[in-house]
Amino acid sequence: MAVSCMSARRELTVALTGELDHHGAKQVMQELDKRMDWELPRRLSIDMGGVTFMDSSGIAVLLRAHRRMAQLQGSMTVSNVPPQALRVFQAAGLHRVIDFV
Amino acid sequence: MRTKACNYVSVDFPSRSSNEGFARTVAACFAAQLDPTLEEVNDIKTAVSEAVTNAIVHAYPDTIGKVSMKLRLYEDNSVEIVVRDWGVGIADVEQARQPMYTTGGEERAGMGFTIMESFMDKLRLRSTPGKGTTVTMRRCISRRAGGR
Ligand SMILES: Nc1ncnc2c1ncn2[C@@H]1O[C@H](COP(=O)(O)OP(=O)(O)O)[C@@H](O)[C@H]1O
Ligand SMILES: [Mg+2]
Repeated sequence: MAVSCMSARRELTVALTGELDHHGAKQVMQELDKRMDWELPRRLSIDMGGVTFMDSSGIAVLLRAHRRMAQLQGSMTVSNVPPQALRVFQAAGLHRVIDFV
Repeated sequence: MRTKACNYVSVDFPSRSSNEGFARTVAACFAAQLDPTLEEVNDIKTAVSEAVTNAIVHAYPDTIGKVSMKLRLYEDNSVEIVVRDWGVGIADVEQARQPMYTTGGEERAGMGFTIMESFMDKLRLRSTPGKGTTVTMRRCISRRAGGR
């Protein structure tokens, strides 16, 4: 699992690559927590285009980031969700909570 | 109406998170015999990932224990997957299956069983506190035109 972050003017963009399972999610959560504490972003964009597999561990990652952005009174969007991950999000009804673009 | 198993595979592994990917790959390779679509393989991989992750995360919270995965192929073009552990067990299996129920805190979403149920045709959960948990799942693979 690779997490690459880019930020400018309190906009944080995070690109995820690899398998987002429980094993990979631990790493992503740590990295996201660290970056968000440091940057205090107003906007968070998560690019999932490189995610080759995802299970419900990925849902926990997004919900945690979403809660954190709400605390910071910012917004969060998720883009380029691959078909397999989309099925997982749909089964969990996540589109009601997360803004997929 | 259960047909005989025509092929099977059985693997045991320790409850280390690095084995989650291994278990998914084994299940995907085994299911490949039924000539599934990409979506069908992915559904099976996702359900296996959920069941195996539960055995790794919840069954053995502070130790490394044994996880067993059995795969069976049936003549009606279905695959059955049994994931078993000998860990802490679940006191209330009905409650465990509820969406968003989790004892795993912020790191878990409580959607594992919901996903297993929606991606597989059948799911059975048996557990005895202190003895362990067995999840049995079954998925039919569509026979495609031009196929065997
Ligand atoms: N193999 C298991 N051994 C012990 N407890 C389990 C097992 N599988 C599931 N559970 C319990 O059922 C709950 C719900 O599981 P699940 O739907 O996969 O959500 P999550 O894994 O996100 O908590 C878990 O939080 C845990 O309390
Ligand atoms: Mg789970």
